[in-house]
Amino acid sequence: MTLLKTLAPYDFPSSDAVENYKGRQLLYVNWERHRMFSRPFVLALPPETPFAEIIDKHMTDCFSYHPDWAQIDWSAVRWLNGSQPFSPDRDKSLADNGIGHKDLIRFITPGLDGIAGSGY
Amino acid sequence: MDMKVSKKLGLKERYTMMTRDLAWDTTFQPMDKVFPQVGYEGIKIHDWDQWEDPFRLTMDAYWKYQAEKERKLYAILDAFNQNNGHLSVTDARYMNVLKLFLGSTPPLELMAARGFSMVARQMVGAGPRVACMMQSVDEYRHFQTQIHSISNYNRFYNGMDEFAHQQSRMWYLSDGKSFFDDAITAGPFEFMVAIGFAFEYVLTNILFVPFISGAAYNGDMAAMTVGFSAQSDEARHMTLGLECIKFMLEQDPDNLPIVQRWIDKWTWRGTRKLASVGMMMDYMLPKRIMSFKEAWEIYFEQNGSALFNDLARYGVKVPKCFAQTIEEKEHITHQSWIGFYMKPDACPFHTWIPAPDELDWLSEKYPNTFDKYYRPVLEHFDRQEKAGNRFNNKTQPMNCQVCVSTIKFNEPGDPMEMCFRETVYKGEKFHFCSDHCKEIFEDEPEKYVQTFISSHAALQGKCEPEGTDINAHDYRPGARMHAYWRMDKRATGDFNGSEDQKNFAEWRHQATKN
Repeated sequence: MTLLKTLAPYDFPSSDAVENYKGRQLLYVNWERHRMFSRPFVLALPPETPFAEIIDKHMTDCFSYHPDWAQIDWSAVRWLNGSQPFSPDRDKSLADNGIGHKDLIRFITPGLDGIAGSGY
Repeated sequence: MDMKVSKKLGLKERYTMMTRDLAWDTTFQPMDKVFPQVGYEGIKIHDWDQWEDPFRLTMDAYWKYQAEKERKLYAILDAFNQNNGHLSVTDARYMNVLKLFLGSTPPLELMAARGFSMVARQMVGAGPRVACMMQSVDEYRHFQTQIHSISNYNRFYNGMDEFAHQQSRMWYLSDGKSFFDDAITAGPFEFMVAIGFAFEYVLTNILFVPFISGAAYNGDMAAMTVGFSAQSDEARHMTLGLECIKFMLEQDPDNLPIVQRWIDKWTWRGTRKLASVGMMMDYMLPKRIMSFKEAWEIYFEQNGSALFNDLARYGVKVPKCFAQTIEEKEHITHQSWIGFYMKPDACPFHTWIPAPDELDWLSEKYPNTFDKYYRPVLEHFDRQEKAGNRFNNKTQPMNCQVCVSTIKFNEPGDPMEMCFRETVYKGEKFHFCSDHCKEIFEDEPEKYVQTFISSHAALQGKCEPEGTDINAHDYRPGARMHAYWRMDKRATGDFNGSEDQKNFAEWRHQATKN
């Protein structure tokens, strides 16, 4: 229950409600144990965007700077949406993969722990 | 006709006549209508006369002291500037400390001035009202003197001229802005706990040590003198914050849980705000004073423990985040520097990889963490830069909904994992950097759903420079952030190869060689 106390009615819209993105939705992407990138990155994409675009374009553009990117065994990668494991289908859209507004996709590459195994 | 000359008033009498005796209770309107804000937060005050004035300063004495300090300060600033003082600093990298400081601190001093003048208006008692009014004027003075002391550097070095424009727009300045927006939109008592107590009392030394001692250690007499000029003000601010806490706790036992929640909240928010200050100590000052970890141990763990022991008689406990900050002191400065290093295009100051002897210093100061987690990646970045492949992460960040830091801190207990927390409110997901920020959100979600997150605003098309045609065929929201931020290209990028580096070397050469 809210602890907010005010002198007058207090009702303001969320700054990042999905309506504010004109047909797009926010998606955050993090590569686990590769903290060189400091924090996840955020994208605004239509829900029809194929998941393949996330990997082939956005993740590749950002993460390929890391020497581990070339070492990834794609048959072993695992994914989380927030804290829930999920198996995205490359050819399906974000919506069809169950990815909603402001979801955080966490990309796990077993055996790869960053520069000198430091998590970076 | 004989005049009877009365003897001069004593300090105490004089103070009473110039403050409390000038106050009165309103009669045309009830007091609670004139002072509506002192009641709604739930703090119960039964007798404002019980307020103990922590310092007895009247306005005339205040002007006199402050004027004297100003004269000294500006005499030293003039001498320093006329003597090309900027060339006497340790190293041109030092200028970047000033740039980060200029963007992050004076605008917050201005917010503090506004906040204290609002609180002064709302306080029923004359004692706290006068003290808050003086603090407001102090904060205004700090805001102006900080800018003045740095303005001379602006003639020589890049990236200082648009700090006021950038303050409410730049990604990395949003954390400090949100800190004060949160405080100033709270009620007067929460503001006092937030700024007067948690920030000015519990955490202020962590801010003072890097800037003021850092300036002194690095030959910046201008910033050092500003600090000394502010120091006696800060001492007053600390006693005011502490007195306010004691006053609330002595007035009614029901105030304790409210005050405790605010102490927990604001100590944590202040700690998050200080991550970039710590980074300045460990990475940006060419001549270091002490490590952030050592400063945290002295000023927070030891002094903070003593303070909370003192407050235990009121039932106050150490802030909930205490243990987490102790774990994080080994990590956050390294995590912050990596976060800035990887955005060379998106900061109006330079970043760099520390020299080998500086990396050794970090290894020595952080024996438990630096070599294991941070040194390998910094050395990797260094090799990449030397090979012409300097790191430049062009993506937009994910930020915490409460503290607005980028989400870059580790899971407690596991430095290799990122810490994520989330909650759903009215069908929308919100993300946090920590349990503490999540709890702050859940206590007052109506407030934090409005947080300004620069990357999100950009993706909504709200961060466009003037003249952008949002109906153009190739319009992409957020594609022109540099123009929106008014970034001077010369101020961005790695320190190595920068114009600042080149000019400083050349001017120093002219000053010391024939």
